[in-house]
This record gives sequence, structure tokens and C-alpha cells, in this order.
Amino acid sequence: MPEIRFEAVGHRFGDDRVLSDISLTLTEARVGIVGANGSGKSTLARMINGLVSPTTGRVGVDGLDVKRDGREVRRRVGFVFTNPDNQIVMPTVREDVAFSLRRMRLPSEVAAARVDAALDRFGLTTLADRAAHTLSGGQKQLLSLAAVLVAEPAIVVADEPTTLLDARNARVVGEHLSSLDQQIVVVTHQLDLVEEFDRVIVIDAGRVVADDSAAGALAWYRAALT
Amino acid sequence: MIALYHPGRSLLHRAPALLKLALLAASVTVVALPREPWQLAVAAGITIVLFLVAAVPVRLAARGVAPVLWLLLVAVPLNAWFSGWESAAVMAGRVITAVALAALFTITTTVTAVLGAMTTLLRPFPFIDADRVGLMMALTIRAVPLLAAIVGSVIEARKARGLERSLRAIAVPVIVRSLQTADELGEALIARGVDD
Repeated sequence: MPEIRFEAVGHRFGDDRVLSDISLTLTEARVGIVGANGSGKSTLARMINGLVSPTTGRVGVDGLDVKRDGREVRRRVGFVFTNPDNQIVMPTVREDVAFSLRRMRLPSEVAAARVDAALDRFGLTTLADRAAHTLSGGQKQLLSLAAVLVAEPAIVVADEPTTLLDARNARVVGEHLSSLDQQIVVVTHQLDLVEEFDRVIVIDAGRVVADDSAAGALAWYRAALT
Repeated sequence: MIALYHPGRSLLHRAPALLKLALLAASVTVVALPREPWQLAVAAGITIVLFLVAAVPVRLAARGVAPVLWLLLVAVPLNAWFSGWESAAVMAGRVITAVALAALFTITTTVTAVLGAMTTLLRPFPFIDADRVGLMMALTIRAVPLLAAIVGSVIEARKARGLERSLRAIAVPVIVRSLQTADELGEALIARGVDD
């Protein structure tokens, strides 16, 4: 599995301290990050892909510095956002999945085969030529996953990927995420999504307050909520 | 452009977008030339055959041409007033045929193919970043349904709060949410390695 390393990471937005002195090494296949709104968990996840740079400390992915080697890191780390509408760039489903391969400059037949495989994997083949904005919320999130996975990243980071979905679609997206071969880091409020994960980290007020197996960390978090 | 594309495997669907674009430009020029109704009837007949070759559903073809009919509702009587009914009919025929040809291009060509063609056309100009222009066009097309969704939900929220008459109640949230969406879309583009 790849290695994600946070070394004494801190982050500020203006005068607000969002993260303080986070040191973590993530090598597990399935890592969950939970915490209250505004706790800093999304900022932490965004750092893995280089969307946010730490104010202090360093974030590394497989020995690469996220700040210095952003391009190479983004090739290895795919990111799934909460709102799939803001992740879809191209007008049709097939075109949006193919868009992820643009930077790779693959031969057209290789790219087409990879797009078809990604569409098939997420049950989107029959919707391939549909306008992406006409899909349901669940289908849009599956499209986001397909668009990320088609580029074959080593790590997939998902920031609250089921928050905007109904229970059924949340379950479908959760099952797809859990079935990935890649290392996955999922930020969520839906605790059942990470119940089977290898490791769960609880963030509160920008600090790691629990870091354990899913059972241990979630029991701690549930107790803290009551 | 977003909703008109109709997938298919016809000769017209498979033809390169750049070739179709060149043929469209040439055919629209030719359609502008006829002065006799029979000449225009031939051009219209060829256009109909092309629609049949592409197996375009009648409803979709009508949708492609419909927007120009509103314009003709005003233009035809005016033209008839000044130049007579025959001239007005030829003018209407020209406009409808040209718009139908443009619609046929849109119906049989994906946005990606159009952007690819535009990028190819721009590539000889070293001072233009053709890929970036192509991406900008794709994002412009993508912004239409995004903005429509924002405006739709803001109008609903305005109604729910009983503020139907307030212009500010629509302008402020639409601007704020549009900027927020643009920000998030930009973040997604970075995450997908667009700027790398």
C-alpha cells in the first residue's frame, strides 16, 4: 500500500487555526476520518491531493512532497468531492470520464477501452451518452468515482461522498468505495460507511483526538457525542 | 449543444468533426446563393436526406430548427411587405435550411469532437494556448446547466420565503452561489490534474 505521511502539519485560514501539529502515517488500505463540522477533517483530506498546502509541516505521498511534487502526487491521488455536480466538467457521461485521461495523451483506442471499462464497472454504460447534468445524485456520484478511477490512481480520497445522497445511493456508493483495490481515505459523518475500515481517525478542533481500529475509534467518538 | 447531441453510428456521426465543420461552412454559403424557389427546394431536399442518413428522430430535428421560427414570425411578414411573398419564402427557406444544417452538425457531433476540432484549428497560432481555449469552451457549455440549477433553486427558496417580488433575494444568492460553484469547479479541475 502507498504511504501518506503528515509531519507536524498545521494550517491556518487567516487568523483561524484549522489544523494543529498533526503527525500521522497512513499505510492501511482503508482509512476513515470522522469529526464534527469545521473540525478540520476536510482540510486534512485535501492536503493529500495538494488542494490545500500546509502552513507548517510537510505532507508526503510515497516519499513525494505534496507541495513540491504536486503534479506527480495528483497522478497518484484521485479525489472525490461531496457535490458531484461541481466535479463534472464535460457535458456527457462518457466525455466526462474520458476527460480524466486527457493529461495522459493515450492512444484513442486505449483511452476508449479504459473509459468503457470504467463505465461498465460503475453501471453507467447505458447512460454513457446522456447529458451528465440530467443524472440522479447517486448516478452523478458514481460518475465522479468512474472519472477518478479511470485514471488508475494508487490512492482515492473521498470527502463526504455520501452526504448529499439518499440511503440507498449512499449504500451503493459506499459499497463501490469499499470494493476498490486502491488505498482509500474517506472523510464522512456517516459512521456506518467506515465501520469495516482498517483505521479510523477522529479529528476535533484541528487535532487528532482518537486514532484506532474502526471499532475502537468509533466507540470513542460515539461516547464523546453523547 | 448540451442536449441536442444524439448518439449514433451513421456516416455523419463517424465523419471527423473538422471535415463536418468545413462542409457546414461551405453548405451554408451555398444555401445563401439560390434566388429561385426550385433551387432552394433541391438544397432543402438534400438536407432532409442527410437527416435521414443520420437517423435523426423527427422530434429532435424539429427542436433543432424551432428556435429560428420565432425570428421568422417577424422577419417573413416584414420581408413580404417590402419585397413580396416569393422573396420572403426564399429568405425563410434559406434560413431554415441553414439552421437545419447547423443543427445536424450539433446532433451528430459530440462536444469533445467539436472542442478537438477547435483545438486543431487554433494550434497553428503559437500565441494561443489551444488546449486551454478548448477547456474554456467546455466549461462555458458546462456552466449553462449549473447556473440554471442554481437559479432554479434560488427562485424556489425565494417563493418559499414569500419574497417573489424581491430582486435582491434572487440576485445576491445567485451571484454568491455561482462564485462558490466556480471555486469548487476550479478545485475539481486541479484535483483532476488539468493545470499540471
